[in-house]
Amino acid sequence: MSDYKPKIIAFVCNWCSYAGADKAGGKKLVYAPNVKLIRVMCSGRVDPQFAMEAFRKGADGVMVLGCHPGDCHYRSGNIKAFNRFSIFQRMLAQFGIEKERFKLDWVGAGEGERFQITANEMTETIKRLGPLSIRGFVESEVA
Amino acid sequence: MTHKPKVAFYWCASCGGCEETVVDLAEKVLDVVAKVDIVFWPCAMDFKYKDVETMKDGEIAVAFINGAIRTGEQDHVAKLLRKKSGMIISFGSCSTHGGVPALANLTSRKKIFASSYHHSPTVENPEGIEPMQTSQVNGHELILPEFYETVRKLSDIVDVDYYMTGCPPTSDNLAEAVGVILSGNLPPKGTVLSPNKALCGDCIRNETKPDNMVVERIRRPIDIILDSETCFLQQGVICMGPATRTGCGALCIDGNMPCTGCYGPTDNARDQGAKMIAALGGILSENREMETNEILERLTDPAGTFYRYTLAASKLGSVRKEE
Repeated sequence: MSDYKPKIIAFVCNWCSYAGADKAGGKKLVYAPNVKLIRVMCSGRVDPQFAMEAFRKGADGVMVLGCHPGDCHYRSGNIKAFNRFSIFQRMLAQFGIEKERFKLDWVGAGEGERFQITANEMTETIKRLGPLSIRGFVESEVA
Repeated sequence: MTHKPKVAFYWCASCGGCEETVVDLAEKVLDVVAKVDIVFWPCAMDFKYKDVETMKDGEIAVAFINGAIRTGEQDHVAKLLRKKSGMIISFGSCSTHGGVPALANLTSRKKIFASSYHHSPTVENPEGIEPMQTSQVNGHELILPEFYETVRKLSDIVDVDYYMTGCPPTSDNLAEAVGVILSGNLPPKGTVLSPNKALCGDCIRNETKPDNMVVERIRRPIDIILDSETCFLQQGVICMGPATRTGCGALCIDGNMPCTGCYGPTDNARDQGAKMIAALGGILSENREMETNEILERLTDPAGTFYRYTLAASKLGSVRKEE
């Protein structure tokens, strides 16, 4: 299992978390290369469908990173994300998916270190849990 | 007599409610029967699979198949009807999205057998007998259909031409669909024969919905006395209206019960459960504790609530098994 490289998708908001990741890069902070970033305008834009799609297409872990509560560029998008993913995380267990495979957290624009720590911790968690595979889903879509 | 189009009805893993829809056509059924020949309908009349097997390929004009695919027999007959029919209509929630039978995908065949044949309080089975696919009785080999590990929707097994959703679809839906088929003016393949908009758009309680709705706490219908005029979500009760296709005529709402989502998602949503979570998350009051979230305390079964009829179509698939 030592050479297992987890795939982690992180949805990061344009205003805080992406800037935070950028800060980490600017400061040359080293973080696990397993985290792939997808920039969105707001964590409130991240539909639970996106996280499901990521899991189904082979992600072993999914993160949604947004502005700290009170700092949302759109006032309450991060709170909506928090409510959505609180429900989502509860539901994951019913599908036999460990809830640690999903993480919602806040990273501010200046918090390069916090981004580094979050990315590294998530990678360690997923390494411990091992690969994920969604079973019982057939690609043929129903309208 | 012979030029009338031939129609078949078949049921897979379902309760029989969809057959009830056909019966509920009442006197309208006479109009339908005057225009078509029913050649296969095991629920209502005595037909044998052999009758279908001896038909020519494509001889049946339309086959309505309801129910999810749970056993090898259902799989076999669905494929047989596909071969013999010009058009397959997935009839009802179970065949279209898995329906209630697909909730079994949150457990395993092993656990279902353990419960049904061993641990259920009404079961008396000291020898621990379980049904087997093949068994010997008096020198004869008896065969039962395979019980699948996963419940599938019909479109996972065969090519489906049109979908009708609902648990069950109303007889008005059926009469309308038959009318469309007989008219020959067919919509594109794969269409769901119901309007492509959310139930809330047709709900009379939509007017009572405040512009800025905030749900302080989720409640189950047993927790409160439901007001008969206010939007259910405003009352804190989960109503699947925002994530559910209309077409039913808001029957449950009329009966003062929230929508449970049987018409499935609209064409714009890929996953009904995810869409309902998205809708609900947008109106819940602010909370910052993920682990001890009091707002969600009464949401005891999220998957069963949001995927009551569409689990076989969930992007998260079935439960990951222990082995």
